[in-house]
Amino acid sequence: MNQTLLLSIVLAPLFGSIIAGLFGNQVGRVWAHRVAVYGVGIAFVLSVWVLKLVAMDGETYNQQVYQWLQSGSLSLEVGFMVDALTAMMMVVVTFVSLMVHIYTIGYMQDDDGYARFFSYISLFTFSMLMLVMANNFMQLFFGWEAVGLVSYLLIGFWYKKPTAIFANLKAFLVNRVGDFGFLLGIAGILMYAGSLDYVEVFAQAPVMSEQSIAIFTGHDWSVMSLICILLFIGAMGKSAQVPLHVWLPDSMEGPTPISALIHAATMVTAGIFMVTRMSPLFEFSETALSFVLVIGSITALFMGFLGLIQNDIKRVIAYSTLSQLGYMTVALGASAYSAGVFHLMTHAFFKALLFLGAGSVIMAMHHEQDIRKMGGLKKYMPITYWTALIGSLALIGFPGLSGFFSKDSIIEAVHASEIAGSSFAYFAVVVGVFVTALYSFRLFFLVFHGKERFKIDRHHLPHESPAVVTVPLILLAIPSVISGYLIGSMVFGDFFGSAIVVHANHDVLAEHAESYHGVMSFMLHGLTALPFWLAMAGIATAYYLYMMRPDIPAKLQQRFNWLYCILDNKYGFDSFNQTVFAGGARSFGNLLWQVGDRLLIDGFIVNGAAKTVGFTSKVVRHVQSGYLYHYAFAMIIGLYLLLTFFVV
Amino acid sequence: MIALSDFLTLGALLFSLSVAGIFINRKNIIILLMCIELMLLAVNLNFIAFAHFAGDIAGQVFVFFILTVAAAEAAIGLAILVVLFRNIHTINVADLDKLKG
Repeated sequence: MNQTLLLSIVLAPLFGSIIAGLFGNQVGRVWAHRVAVYGVGIAFVLSVWVLKLVAMDGETYNQQVYQWLQSGSLSLEVGFMVDALTAMMMVVVTFVSLMVHIYTIGYMQDDDGYARFFSYISLFTFSMLMLVMANNFMQLFFGWEAVGLVSYLLIGFWYKKPTAIFANLKAFLVNRVGDFGFLLGIAGILMYAGSLDYVEVFAQAPVMSEQSIAIFTGHDWSVMSLICILLFIGAMGKSAQVPLHVWLPDSMEGPTPISALIHAATMVTAGIFMVTRMSPLFEFSETALSFVLVIGSITALFMGFLGLIQNDIKRVIAYSTLSQLGYMTVALGASAYSAGVFHLMTHAFFKALLFLGAGSVIMAMHHEQDIRKMGGLKKYMPITYWTALIGSLALIGFPGLSGFFSKDSIIEAVHASEIAGSSFAYFAVVVGVFVTALYSFRLFFLVFHGKERFKIDRHHLPHESPAVVTVPLILLAIPSVISGYLIGSMVFGDFFGSAIVVHANHDVLAEHAESYHGVMSFMLHGLTALPFWLAMAGIATAYYLYMMRPDIPAKLQQRFNWLYCILDNKYGFDSFNQTVFAGGARSFGNLLWQVGDRLLIDGFIVNGAAKTVGFTSKVVRHVQSGYLYHYAFAMIIGLYLLLTFFVV
Repeated sequence: MIALSDFLTLGALLFSLSVAGIFINRKNIIILLMCIELMLLAVNLNFIAFAHFAGDIAGQVFVFFILTVAAAEAAIGLAILVVLFRNIHTINVADLDKLKG
């Protein structure tokens, strides 16, 4: 593994982005997408090669590539750290990105911003690779902000749509809150470890864990807990954990390929990746781990409920993403980092698959996204139907599919965990399984089965999407099925090696590793466990409610109207933010405008100065009467005064 | 023998008269010119008195210069006055308030 190889992986998508973005008009639409797809394709092939080098040959890489600046002992560098965790992330990111690039050729073909779109998603791939390959906090933060920027640009891709503009602003602002915490965490690391380099910081971790800091006099805080919680606040923004989750459902205003790539598969998992990367720090702070665990379980359970009442096809999947991100966070909190990252990987495949399938349905429905106006699409769109079925089954954890292995290992890990909050987390993730199955199959049945509720037009019957759309679906369906079989090496084996550090006292996966005897026994064990039966119950409930007795949901909605209202208002997070933070900021701004700007600066200083001059002139003007004798008098008085002054 | 103080008193009186004339007079601009002349004469009187009592001829020489300048000044003043009268048809001082911005 050498520097040229890694640089090529990072720079190929950047090159594609620049060509498509700056020279999109010159090269034309076809070359704009070709150059972007080739760029990401090169990155994917080389990433697979890197994964092979890491996994098979056991190579790792950690070197500085370029020093940006040196100020005292602070050195800001660009450098790459490639170990098993990075290599896996690189392959997942470039693979999903490549699929989305190909899919976009079909999905965006009628859009005016075609080249611009390719430029953005290639830029995203570049930023995400910079993030995962970083070997220091500075570059991590660069990638972190760059993916945020691209997310902002892409949510507001249709910039003439007011809701899209609102959504991208919201995403940006909410992420600022998280990034503020993240930046403070990095500052804390620089202050106590004196370095931004991963290896040096991790080496300092045992020392840092014994220090304490007094934020308020008299209250000593553990430095490590503080730093980890601050870093996790950054992850909460990026990975959309309660209460900073509000931007993710709104981000569905962007084009569907973006929802698949950025807001489901890769960018939102950056927080999960970051916490995993920081496992040598988090392991020293049980407080931070508990915090992570509780936040994750709240997200996993309560965001799942919201998916039950949404009617927009993309929003249902968006809430499912939130809930699954909650599962990953729970795994991190339980110190089962490898299970979290494993779920990250499987989730990236099947969630991207589901989103792209949803996009295919939306195309067939002529950009109608309301699932109440769909139904019976199975016979028109067989490829989309089967791939969506695979995606949904993987999502709910059907035995044999990837989601089953990753979700089951998380649930088992939480069950074994003993840190504060783990019993609540266990309850949340188990109930979450039922909820996940219910909303997934509610969506699935409403879209693909039942009677056709769209307006039938003989000449415009829904039809299957073109090959550029269906091929990525099929290619994503394959890892959605088989990637689960990597559980042996990724979760219970030592695939990640030294990339993930777990202290022996909360190594929840170790005892499972002992009782792990291959994939088959894991599956057989899963068949008898509670989560599997809950998932089946979820499917059965969805079938009963939405296929056999479609009148019951409406009755339930009337009967439990208060509950429906709470869910429909998304627990009031949006209105709370809107009133307290947005409204508060606006009234505070209004106050500053009225008092500070208009009254003090404009009124007092600017206009006040002019008024004073005006008033003085008005008085002084009387001196200049125009009469000779007044002037003469003034001269004589002046002469008299001067004489008195100088002579006497 | 007339003392220096008597001359100076007379000069001061004449000067004060002319100053008063400038301020009190609101009717005629010619009176204004005459007052200025009178003011110069009051000053001349002082010069001569000092020159005489100090025995220095320079003061008297200076008076000649001042008289010459005063004559020229009076000529210019009257010329301006004539032009002014042609333009505004009045020599009333109270009406002459154009000397401002």
